[in-house]
Amino acid sequence: MNDLSQTAPLKVRGLTVSYGATPAVFSADITVQPGAMTAIIGPNGAGKSTLLKAVLGIIPRLSGQVEVYGESFDSQRARVAYVPQRASVDWDFPTRVIDVVQMGLYRQLGLLGRVRGQHRALAQECLSRVGMSDFAARQIGQLSGGQQQRVFLARALAQGADLYLLDEPFAGVDAATEKAIIEVLKSLKAEGKTILAVHHDLSTVPDYFDHVFIINKTPVAEGTVQEAFTQDALQRAYGGRLASGLLDQLFPVANPAPPASFGAGPA
Amino acid sequence: MIDIGYNATLVAIGAGLLGVAAGVIGAFLYFRKRSLMSDAISHATLPGVAIAFLVMVALGGEGRNLVGLLTGAALSSLAGLWLVHWINRNTRLGEDAAIGAILSVFFGFGIVLLTVIQTIGAGRQAGLESFLLGSTAGMLRADAYVIAVGGALALIACLILRRPMTLVSFDAEYAATQGLRPGRVDMAMMTLALAVTVIGLKVVGLILIVALLILPAVAARFWSDRSEVVALLAGVIGGVSGAVGAVISSLAPGLPTGPIIVLVAAALFTVSLILAPTRGVLAGVIAQLRFRHRVHMRQGLLALAHGHRVHEGYTLRLLRRAGLIRADGVATSEGQREAALAAQDERRWTVLRGRPEAATLAAHYDGLTPIDTVLTSDQLTELDRLMKQGSDHGHATIRRAERGRSDG
Repeated sequence: MNDLSQTAPLKVRGLTVSYGATPAVFSADITVQPGAMTAIIGPNGAGKSTLLKAVLGIIPRLSGQVEVYGESFDSQRARVAYVPQRASVDWDFPTRVIDVVQMGLYRQLGLLGRVRGQHRALAQECLSRVGMSDFAARQIGQLSGGQQQRVFLARALAQGADLYLLDEPFAGVDAATEKAIIEVLKSLKAEGKTILAVHHDLSTVPDYFDHVFIINKTPVAEGTVQEAFTQDALQRAYGGRLASGLLDQLFPVANPAPPASFGAGPA
Repeated sequence: MIDIGYNATLVAIGAGLLGVAAGVIGAFLYFRKRSLMSDAISHATLPGVAIAFLVMVALGGEGRNLVGLLTGAALSSLAGLWLVHWINRNTRLGEDAAIGAILSVFFGFGIVLLTVIQTIGAGRQAGLESFLLGSTAGMLRADAYVIAVGGALALIACLILRRPMTLVSFDAEYAATQGLRPGRVDMAMMTLALAVTVIGLKVVGLILIVALLILPAVAARFWSDRSEVVALLAGVIGGVSGAVGAVISSLAPGLPTGPIIVLVAAALFTVSLILAPTRGVLAGVIAQLRFRHRVHMRQGLLALAHGHRVHEGYTLRLLRRAGLIRADGVATSEGQREAALAAQDERRWTVLRGRPEAATLAAHYDGLTPIDTVLTSDQLTELDRLMKQGSDHGHATIRRAERGRSDG
């Protein structure tokens, strides 16, 4: 029993994905800790989303093994929920918010299982968890970007999974949504669930996450935020693309203000 | 009841069943944005029909055996479908270009074969052209059975696959994470479209079957925002079009069944386009007019409250007609009361929107919604208390905000 809870929810070995002849992700190893909130960070085009999609089998992988709770992903599908980036959806599709959440139950319902009161109640509860219960009957395209993102999170919640994979959940959402989503993720963590999210905002990493996986085509660093989220690792992943102001803000002690003679230049 | 005779009844039932199947499956094609695929499928049937005829004659059989011809149609259509898929996948051409190329090449080839048949086996080819536009004149009981059974099977398959097809159409990537293979679901959907096309060849013909797959779906979309309802409605609209079209064409000699069915479907589409609530054109126009009315009324009242002159003719007419101003533009006593209420509403909103803890409520502000429809009476009392408190402090800002808004 104790052993099971120690099994890594997700273990990837030697994963390579390529578009044409250029690898987008090359030989990536990642081990996600149970009960942790892990951020995948890296510069644009570093293969963050690609990594996630290849793990989920949305795009084919060239090589590599993926283990979910020590077994093949196929056999563990029910324990994995995915929240895609918003752009991947047809917004004019004839479907209401509550229908989208119920799509999270389709796998469980099978081809012909009827949607019963208990399923509707569950979907409604998932909606209220993300603060969207008032919008259940709206067509999905009538929501703001942040609201749409919350509905996708509710759909993942409806699955009742143990491992949650999110692709840029905070991209282009308003502050209220960001707060609502992080509350839900934290409550999932409190229930012992595991969360892995592609994240782009470095300044919120220490607040939101306890583990990081830094990647730029190949893995750069992996571990707890304290161990792996270092100035050195970020410099290696992002090269010169990081604003120095951001680094000062993230690592105030490690990076003391430079002596006055150097600081006099234009900011 | 109109007595239309045995054959016409048979045709009406057959066409109705075909319409139901085509409507439902067409709805899923429409969800997946693959409606035009049906055009390629249907045009690609023609060479198959001709080749099947030639093969059956060469084997010494009856060239016009319906099952044989339809099998040929299905096979060549499958070939066309596969080619579109291959081109789309392995070249830089998009699906639209592939559809256009395959559709015209297969159709052209089919026409060549038909002409050849006409010259070599004169007399015996009679009837093959009827696959172009459909012909129900000689429809037999057996043909009606083929349509009924084929349509029912296609509908059952649709019922079983409705969730995978919906999921893939809405969000293919998420569907993949749920263990579905979007490529296979698409293939199944195309096979269903192909089945409907083939069984519909005899009734509406290969040129017009695409209309029966598209029109009911787009008509149904106007009436509902739920995919299951749209699919069901599309089935109903398709069925009605098929049956009614067949009956109409039987009323006068020389009226072609297929084209009439399509025209009935088009009529239902037009009605939906204009009359559907919320999504229809008429509803859109009415909503726009109502909105304009509310905007002008509100702006007019706010202008009155601040003693500004109203210049716009439409606003003046509205206010005068409602008895809020006199002919010379001066507010009546009722107008003054209404204006004061509007101004108070606006002041309350301004205070509410300035308070960070009320951000969600304040998001309802659009300049038109009365605040008491958003707040409870307790919240309103609280808001008024805050207003009284902060009146010295906040007065200037509020007035400035109001002035900015009422001009325009």
